[in-house]
Amino acid sequence: MVIDPVTLIVALIGASTPILLAAIGELVVERSGVLNLGVEGMMIIGAVSGFIIAVNSGSPWLGFVGGAFGGAVLSLIFAILTQYLLSNQVATGLALTLFGLGLAALMGEAYAGISPPMTPDLFPEAMRDIPALGPILFGHDLIVYVSLALVAAVWFMLAHTRAGLILRAVGESHEAAHALGYKVVRIRVLAILFGGACAGLGGAYLSLVRVPSWTEGMTAGAGWIALALVVFASWKPWRALLGAYLFGGIAALQLRLQAADINIPVVLLDMSPYLVTIIVLVLISSDKTRAALNAPAALGKVFHASG
Amino acid sequence: MTALLTIDGLTKAYPGVVANDDVSFEIQPGEVHALLGENGAGKSTLVKMIYGLVKPDSGRMTFKGAAYTPPEPRAARAAGVAMVFQHFSLFEALSVAENVALGMEDPPKPRDLAARIREVSETYGLPLDPDRLVGDLSAGERQRVEIIRCLLQDPKLLIMDEPTSVLTPQEVEILFHTLRKLSEEGTAILYISHKLEEIRALCDEATILRLGKVVATCTPREVTAAHMAELMVGKSLAAPARDEAEPGEILLKVAGLSLEPATPFGTPLRHIGFEVRAGEVLGIGGVAGNGQDELLAALSGEALTAHGAIQFKGEPIGDVPPNARRVLGILCAPEERLGHAAAPDMSLTENAVLTARLRRGLDRSGFLDWSGAKSYAETVIERFDVRTPGPDVAARALSGGNLQKYVIGREILQDPDVLVVNQPTWGVDASAAAAIRQAILDLAQGGAAVVCISQDLDELLEVSDRFCALNEGRLSAPRPARGLSMEEIGLMLGGAHDMHEADMEAAHDPA
Repeated sequence: MVIDPVTLIVALIGASTPILLAAIGELVVERSGVLNLGVEGMMIIGAVSGFIIAVNSGSPWLGFVGGAFGGAVLSLIFAILTQYLLSNQVATGLALTLFGLGLAALMGEAYAGISPPMTPDLFPEAMRDIPALGPILFGHDLIVYVSLALVAAVWFMLAHTRAGLILRAVGESHEAAHALGYKVVRIRVLAILFGGACAGLGGAYLSLVRVPSWTEGMTAGAGWIALALVVFASWKPWRALLGAYLFGGIAALQLRLQAADINIPVVLLDMSPYLVTIIVLVLISSDKTRAALNAPAALGKVFHASG
Repeated sequence: MTALLTIDGLTKAYPGVVANDDVSFEIQPGEVHALLGENGAGKSTLVKMIYGLVKPDSGRMTFKGAAYTPPEPRAARAAGVAMVFQHFSLFEALSVAENVALGMEDPPKPRDLAARIREVSETYGLPLDPDRLVGDLSAGERQRVEIIRCLLQDPKLLIMDEPTSVLTPQEVEILFHTLRKLSEEGTAILYISHKLEEIRALCDEATILRLGKVVATCTPREVTAAHMAELMVGKSLAAPARDEAEPGEILLKVAGLSLEPATPFGTPLRHIGFEVRAGEVLGIGGVAGNGQDELLAALSGEALTAHGAIQFKGEPIGDVPPNARRVLGILCAPEERLGHAAAPDMSLTENAVLTARLRRGLDRSGFLDWSGAKSYAETVIERFDVRTPGPDVAARALSGGNLQKYVIGREILQDPDVLVVNQPTWGVDASAAAAIRQAILDLAQGGAAVVCISQDLDELLEVSDRFCALNEGRLSAPRPARGLSMEEIGLMLGGAHDMHEADMEAAHDPA
């Protein structure tokens, strides 16, 4: 059996969308100088709350909104703990993941084995039927285009707007930003909420479109891939898109390789995103100057306004 | 003439300390007003209240005839108050133009902003390229960024917090020229410093703070620096002294030392060479960021270099790690007290063990001798007059001056053959600084070789036998410190960066 490149591309775009959404949110969070390792937890909370709302309301769109809201609410816990109570970001983020996984299992107990309402494709049949280009360009649902628009919007905001400049400045040196009168904590809390909403939306996309059903632990490490992706992208939005499609491509390829009876152990492909991230990390950190320039200088540091 | 800014009875208390106690004074339009005081006298708290970063507990301010209570810096900037910070207000990974935009309320479009930065920088003789990354700029150039950021907002009152601590004497002249020009145009300047000669040269009026209170006001031109110093410290200080002695054998010799920096905005060292003899203090001057940290790392062994680049009593030790160097007798006291010279959350006893373990025999077959360590820490505390409840206190809890005395004392009492200190009195009050300088001189008197790296040129002239300058990672040829003028030193330091190119050539030639 031969692998069809068109269906592979279509599949990889779909497979990449959850991690792309989560990664673009986390990218904004990290650019503001906060390291939230709870992406996996926020994703699964988004997956379960989006699923519950979509099933009960019958509308996938309300489900996506609910997923984003669920992720944002969970991230609010992280924001309060790290920004107001000054807890350690690494420990709090890890705890958030564990808490999210447990809470999602509890919330979703009654929903296993149910099918969610269908998410329609955005463009009419005729456009999708254009050979080759049709399925690739028009063969997706709204959320895929939302994720692309989000990448463009985040890039534009970071590179060309004053709000983006202030966000980068806060991530670069919170003391200097504070001395100039910027509200470091408020800006970071907003960034964390945005990150939570994006991760939640990515999770809802998993449970409503990708799988589509609810099973416990269904994110299966997607949040960790998103975290790796931010570093892989060296905190640049377009590179995050590239990386997401690369990592998503590996996942899509893996299914097809199995179907095509090509004997590559699944575990090898499973670990390849992390392997690629480690290799990229080694490559970018071999040039000390560039690596340190890209990473937000205040990443993960606790800010306490004094004097 | 009505005053531009009137401060009336401002009081601000923090838990355990009254930072400002009923402070009152006035600034006239176009006046250069000095705020003088030691570290901890309350200068910073006072200007933070004027700039809206800190709210006063009580008292009133009047600015341009109206009541003035800025809730945040944005309001202060809108009213016409601008501030140049001592540190902590620039973003290294952002460009000059982005840094300027962040300090403005309503910045113009990037292209217009770049043009205005060029225009203002030329008007005031402060050349600056808006597209460069701040991390690549020298300390003097970084300050220009801050000044231009303020000038673009057309301030009525410009606050400058210790502006000259990072400048060469030539750069100080250029800064003063700019400030005088601003003052002639009617901008009032509140100038915070503890450098008395500068205040005498620049300021019209001075308010002197001690322990949060206004203790005196004076007209700096009409009084002596010594008089102001007494008002500031509250007692007269004795200058460090020592007897003349012939230097002995060469203890430390550095030749052809080159080193790549460990951090992205660090400075590479290029062909550094010098020698220090027993009984001698070699002063190494230079503006911060010209390779001081890297030089200390190379001498302490934190950064390893070529085998023969550093020699101790004739033995090559360039690739010998720190503890082995300590055993040989080369000890160091780095600049950053919290986090480099001392572990902030560890007790003084534990900090004593960290560097004195080998030379003081504070361990036996892998087990620490805590009672020995404690008594060593107590000895340091007693001999160097460290003000602390005891050796079990965390290093973080000590004031800057006391911790610095402890750190220097910990090394000196290990009886080193070579001691390298970096910025030994940075942020230390005058009496502690005098004690530290005396200890350095006493150590040299006892036959050790001392390398003293510092930005404080007065300090270097006081303690050094020979002086050399570190500029962009290169070291000038040493010259006898006695009789060296400030101007000659300024040229050795590279003059004013980016300016007066012709004057600088002599200083740039590697020796």
